[in-house]
Amino acid sequence: MIETLFAPLLQVSTMDLLALEPPGWGGNLLRGLLNSVIIAVGAYGFGLAIGIGGAYGKLYGGPIVRDLLEVYTTIVRAVPELVLILILYFAGTDLINRVLEALGYARIDINGLVAGIWVLAVVQGAYSTEVLRGAILSIPQGQIEAARAYGMAPMLMLRRITLPAMLPFAIPGLANLWLIATKDTALLAIVGFNELTQETRTAAGQTKAYFTFFVAAGVLYLLLTLVSNRIIARIERWSRRGMPAVSGSAR
Amino acid sequence: MSIPITSLAEFAARSAWLQPHRILLMAVAAALVISAALFMRWDWLPNYYGLALQGIWRTIWILVVTCVLGIMLAVPLGLAQAAGPWWLAMPANAFCTVIRGTPLLLQLWLLYYGLGSLFPQFPWIRQSELWPYLRQAWPYAVLSLTISFAAYEGEVMRGAFAGVPRGQLEAARAYGMRPFTIFRRIWLPQALHRALPTLAGETVLQLKCTPLVATITVVDIYAVASRVRQDTFIVYEPLLLLALIYLIISGVIIFLFRKMEARIPVRLG
Repeated sequence: MIETLFAPLLQVSTMDLLALEPPGWGGNLLRGLLNSVIIAVGAYGFGLAIGIGGAYGKLYGGPIVRDLLEVYTTIVRAVPELVLILILYFAGTDLINRVLEALGYARIDINGLVAGIWVLAVVQGAYSTEVLRGAILSIPQGQIEAARAYGMAPMLMLRRITLPAMLPFAIPGLANLWLIATKDTALLAIVGFNELTQETRTAAGQTKAYFTFFVAAGVLYLLLTLVSNRIIARIERWSRRGMPAVSGSAR
Repeated sequence: MSIPITSLAEFAARSAWLQPHRILLMAVAAALVISAALFMRWDWLPNYYGLALQGIWRTIWILVVTCVLGIMLAVPLGLAQAAGPWWLAMPANAFCTVIRGTPLLLQLWLLYYGLGSLFPQFPWIRQSELWPYLRQAWPYAVLSLTISFAAYEGEVMRGAFAGVPRGQLEAARAYGMRPFTIFRRIWLPQALHRALPTLAGETVLQLKCTPLVATITVVDIYAVASRVRQDTFIVYEPLLLLALIYLIISGVIIFLFRKMEARIPVRLG
């Protein structure tokens, strides 16, 4: 009974399919995973930069800056990533090419890696704006006032006081965002970028061993998540050093 | 409140929301919308009107069905993790971790391509009465979106169940309620109430997941927009309209959840 149930899975040896050398597809999957991680790291990093700027704008900016940032975060958080990716992907490449043409250069093909990073960074930026805004508000405000009273320049205050003090409040939210970033890279498969999910689909389509490859890719994503969780737990402990123990609010 | 308002400018000055810069921003937004309506191409709209309505209906149908089924699965998942014995808590926890740790797109393709390629090899499945459904794409879409929602909400419900004050449950037991009555009358309603604000956000996230079903040939509103793009080579207009439709649906979801939350009386200490 068991053998008949799994017979379709065992037509070709799973190990042969997942071998790292060319007849097997394992190398392709790992290359896809590397691409996914690069995009996730890039998007997360740029997203954080956007988020710090956005949170500062929302808290300390003028009325117009605040409203525009509100529009940005609302739209990005309400519209599916897939739609945003298509809009930003087409609009971004189109805009760059129009500028190049206006300046008299030839059209260029935008590198999928760069496009993917910039698109996901815009999406991540909206979420991290909200996370960081909440974290900055959670700092005992006397600390910031004290820094101002010392006459610290804004950048020095950001580096010395605001960022380190908000870190323990921001890390649960930021950790969630990192996990979302790693999984959102799968969406780039739809614009045809060769990250893990797209490589998996190619391999599965070529060999007809759908189960083997999708499960293998799932294991790779899961490993990425579990390893990330370990590292995040360490960072969280480090950022909370010297603080009194509180019941964790991390989701 | 009862002071008569003599002019629009005075009204704007008094209202906290309608400040001068907001009026300016709204004017800019209106100008953008009008110029989009005038200068962009919308001539394709009449041809795809019926298809678009069908697509919106299908998106909402998938959203509602998967959210309702997902919550029904999430309650036992959360309960098992919050209060179950270890042989129930561990599998529930593992299920949530695995589903939350892999991309939804991958799960969807695993079910659709994987199961879809596996089923036809068994004669008894092909002869069963379910076969006409199993050949279509939507059961796989509903299944994978339901599983995903259940896993995320299972975590939310775990926290919600654990957050109900012990005293409430002890009081119910002191009244002589049976365990199932305690669950139905005390534990579940309070846990759901606690989870409601989170559920509103999660439902919007679920809405944002629905366009993925277009990749397995379910014709939702996203698939309609893609088809317009492929048929007419018009890129921006369908996508912008699509974003607007999703914005409106998100707004409706948030509004409905606010109403639901307002129905539950809250006593602030």
